[in-house]
Amino acid sequence: MTVDPLDVPPNPSEPFQPRSGQRGSGFLTGPLRLGTTPSATVGPYLAIGLTWPDGVYAAEEGTAGGFWIRGRVTDGNGDVVPDALIETWQADPDGRFASPEDPRGASTYPGFRGYARAQTLSGEFEVFTLKPGRVPDGEGGLQAPHIDVSVFARGLLDRVVTRIYFADEADANAEDAVLRGLSEDQRATLLATPGEDGYRFDVSLQGERETVFFAV
Amino acid sequence: MTGTTSDSGLHLPRYLREDAATRTPVGFPDYRSTGLRAPLRTPVDLPHRLTEVTGPVLGEDRVLPHDADLTWRNGGEALGQRILVHGRVLDSDGRPVPGALVEVWQANSSGRYRHVVDNWPAPLDPHFDGLGRVVTDSLGRYEFLTIKPGAYPWGNHHNAWRPAHIHFSLFGRAFTQRLVTQMYFPDDPLFGQDPIYNAIPAAARHRAVSRYSLERTQDNWALAFEWDIVLRGVDQTPFETDDDGDVA
Repeated sequence: MTVDPLDVPPNPSEPFQPRSGQRGSGFLTGPLRLGTTPSATVGPYLAIGLTWPDGVYAAEEGTAGGFWIRGRVTDGNGDVVPDALIETWQADPDGRFASPEDPRGASTYPGFRGYARAQTLSGEFEVFTLKPGRVPDGEGGLQAPHIDVSVFARGLLDRVVTRIYFADEADANAEDAVLRGLSEDQRATLLATPGEDGYRFDVSLQGERETVFFAV
Repeated sequence: MTGTTSDSGLHLPRYLREDAATRTPVGFPDYRSTGLRAPLRTPVDLPHRLTEVTGPVLGEDRVLPHDADLTWRNGGEALGQRILVHGRVLDSDGRPVPGALVEVWQANSSGRYRHVVDNWPAPLDPHFDGLGRVVTDSLGRYEFLTIKPGAYPWGNHHNAWRPAHIHFSLFGRAFTQRLVTQMYFPDDPLFGQDPIYNAIPAAARHRAVSRYSLERTQDNWALAFEWDIVLRGVDQTPFETDDDGDVA
């Protein structure tokens, strides 16, 4: 069939009138949303950029009631990961956060930062902190004392997130909504165990006793 | 404000999670180090409560004046192509994130890091340590002067070379927004063989690549590259409310 290049169809009978919400109309049909920047591994040279002299102190050195949390990060072979970075974030002993985003008002606890970062160069990380208070769980209850933890390392393209709970808070732990959603074996991977001058908390990236990691 | 509620009347924001199709996976087989390190079990969903929607405030007190100029250390000028790196820190609603600490680190112009683990035979530069820190201004803008990092071999596979990149670390305002990532330069010929770059789903790779910025390039002084960083934003989807106006 031959097409006549000059046979242009007539204009539509009515002019195009876009309405709000109409697909392709040029009006947004949902909230504007930018794509987030993708994460990448912290790599083996994180010490250049992420070393702070006071990094390990979530609470100032010597704060009354302060203790150390120490632990290892191990890989799927059980080998120690010596180039990881641990970051911790937690409430103060009264359950407040040192953050303007706490809707109840920011923590004013003396010497308390609530955030620490520690590398595993010696084979272990260590952070100095205070026992966090209990925080509302948003469902009418209270969470058990806990610390949110990010683990960064070469070989992890994104951080992995876990929580430290305390083995000597059995009553509070039994009421905690997050812990109650886990099996006994899973819960065990999140419990820091008391020792001489603080607690031990090991992170197992893979293996039989892989630590419970959270999607946040 | 929308979000979840609690018995104590707290209305907490809920941070959006990037879709898996545009989010970097924790593990990626072509990047060999992920094999024994990336967790194998499915992560457990953690609802956003007070611990997750708050975060440390780290600003000017962590930054010294010379931290925004990486080209001058130990009384001398670093070797390499001077570049100005600038951009904005936003959340996914397009809102600027002011007062945000941005920490950066990078290799020198020959692709060598000042770190004991890096011992490949490229020269160290006595006038370059590769560390920078800046805080975003009231409009979420940041900028620092540095030299363009070199590519370097890294042994992941035969003749493996990392494309030139700068490491970035950001906190935002909430634990959920924490981001550690790498910024690349446009049109790098090494992209095709780099598993760290290619671990990013194809639809999102362009977000990790800076743009050549002619408008900020300084005559007779430095090239400029622009890179906006987008952190997770708050879910603005309206909730149905009951008679008391509380979120149902």
